[in-house]
Amino acid sequence: MSSPTAPNLSYTAVPLKGHLAEEPMVLLDEATVRYRVPRERIRTFKEFAIRRMQGRMHYEDLLAVDRVSFEVRKGEVVGLIGANGAGKTTLLRLVARVMRPTAGRVVVRGRVAPLLAMGAGFHPELTGRENVYLNGALLGLTRRQIDERFDDLIEFAELHDFIDAPLRTYSSGMMARLGFAVATAEMPDILIVDEVLSVGDIAFQEKSSARIRQFQDHGATTLLVSHSMGMIEKMCNRVAWLNHGKVVQMGEPGQVVSDFERFMNVQGE
Amino acid sequence: MAKLNLLNYSENYPVYDSAKRTLSSLLEIKEAWRYRDLIVFLVRRDITARYKRSVLGIAWTMLNPLGMMIVLSIVFSQVFRVQMEGYPAYVLSALIAWNFFAQTSSSSINALVWGGDLLQRIYIPRSTFAISTIGTGLVNLTLSLVPLFIVILAIGFPLHWTILLSPIAMLFLGMFSLGVGLLVSTIGIYFIDVVEMYNIVVMAWMYLTPIIYPLDILPAGLQGWLKLNPMLHLVELFRDLVFYGKIPPLENWLISFAVALVTLLIGWIVFTGKSDEFAYRT
Repeated sequence: MSSPTAPNLSYTAVPLKGHLAEEPMVLLDEATVRYRVPRERIRTFKEFAIRRMQGRMHYEDLLAVDRVSFEVRKGEVVGLIGANGAGKTTLLRLVARVMRPTAGRVVVRGRVAPLLAMGAGFHPELTGRENVYLNGALLGLTRRQIDERFDDLIEFAELHDFIDAPLRTYSSGMMARLGFAVATAEMPDILIVDEVLSVGDIAFQEKSSARIRQFQDHGATTLLVSHSMGMIEKMCNRVAWLNHGKVVQMGEPGQVVSDFERFMNVQGE
Repeated sequence: MAKLNLLNYSENYPVYDSAKRTLSSLLEIKEAWRYRDLIVFLVRRDITARYKRSVLGIAWTMLNPLGMMIVLSIVFSQVFRVQMEGYPAYVLSALIAWNFFAQTSSSSINALVWGGDLLQRIYIPRSTFAISTIGTGLVNLTLSLVPLFIVILAIGFPLHWTILLSPIAMLFLGMFSLGVGLLVSTIGIYFIDVVEMYNIVVMAWMYLTPIIYPLDILPAGLQGWLKLNPMLHLVELFRDLVFYGKIPPLENWLISFAVALVTLLIGWIVFTGKSDEFAYRT
């Protein structure tokens, strides 16, 4: 395997003002996430104090994302592939602002809809309606935005008759539908999808992928993580292959996927 | 099929740049304000969820301090023979203020350390949970004024107009509790057992605050030391307004405000400086 150093990009000084259409929606510049992991897991102050006094503190550095640089333009669908633990999810977290890189830079333009957090903060004792508002607010919508979208959202989730019942009476399919409807109530600038969506029954799955396609047709940018290579090849414009936190290869889906599959087969033997 | 809202909000949506980390404490204020609707919904969730679950619901908020007041009144008047006019109201007025502080400061730690799952999946300004905890606490504190008024009237004392000023004292209490809660939860990110230790500290702290005893039963030397306890001033301010019906001296207002503001600022700055670590721990 050739050394997977990222190309040395020279756009560090991109001015952030002046919204040009060509400006990348997502920009990663040497982004690095370094976990400092104590060799033994120390979770309590008591243990820490004892270890400290004995002078036994050992740390290991774990590079979950290692100097990753790429940019995603408006409307692109970029797939991330790689073995488990290659850093795909951490990379998505960087873009979703859940994590800040320990080094390097991440720039994100616009509202991110992380479809990793559908139904976040749902509370069983509250009604469907109350949960819609809470969940929407957790995803960064204001009360007014939710008010405006409420009726369409319920129609989409097909939960008209149940919206004022407490959530604990819902089936898991109903909850998933409600979660998806809230997460996609507002057209986001950037969609983050971890694994292909399988929400509800087949009819609803079709409806939800139609909605995502509609977003993409209207210029939403997508970052997609999947283990299904068929899906990656079908949906993405570009694919990045990650291994041990580094981008090994990035480019045309067919090429990257076949190289990745060959690599995985060699490893498997 | 439902219509879609394809309006793009990116024009007025702030650009996130991980390299911009100067003045993180000011940015956090801006972000918390942007998520103010969320804070309101979180408060509403905590209150409605609590009252839907138990039959006694709202009554619990009131019964808990009332029960403690009855026990303390009996112990102090019968066992220790402390003679003091209006002792039940004296205890209760300080007790509800103390409960507010103890509960909100330790549950904001829980909200942050144990609510970590949510913070791992989506971006929310890290301070929203702590702020909403204070909001819930303020609602509960206001509710527990009702049994206090009943007790005051029952033991034959009047209600004073100064009660109308008590929201100011409650605001100071809220600022102080938020500051302490943020400080302790910053340590709590690193070590989970800090939460346990904090509960012990709070218990000791309560006995160092003149809540169940009057300050003047202590020797003068000790009284001076106790005045270094910030909660003493905050509790006294609250009690003066809701029970004694006297306007506290200017000095007490200023000390209380200063204590609350400084604690909040320290807590806020320490917390926002370290809040990135949340995603890396847990």
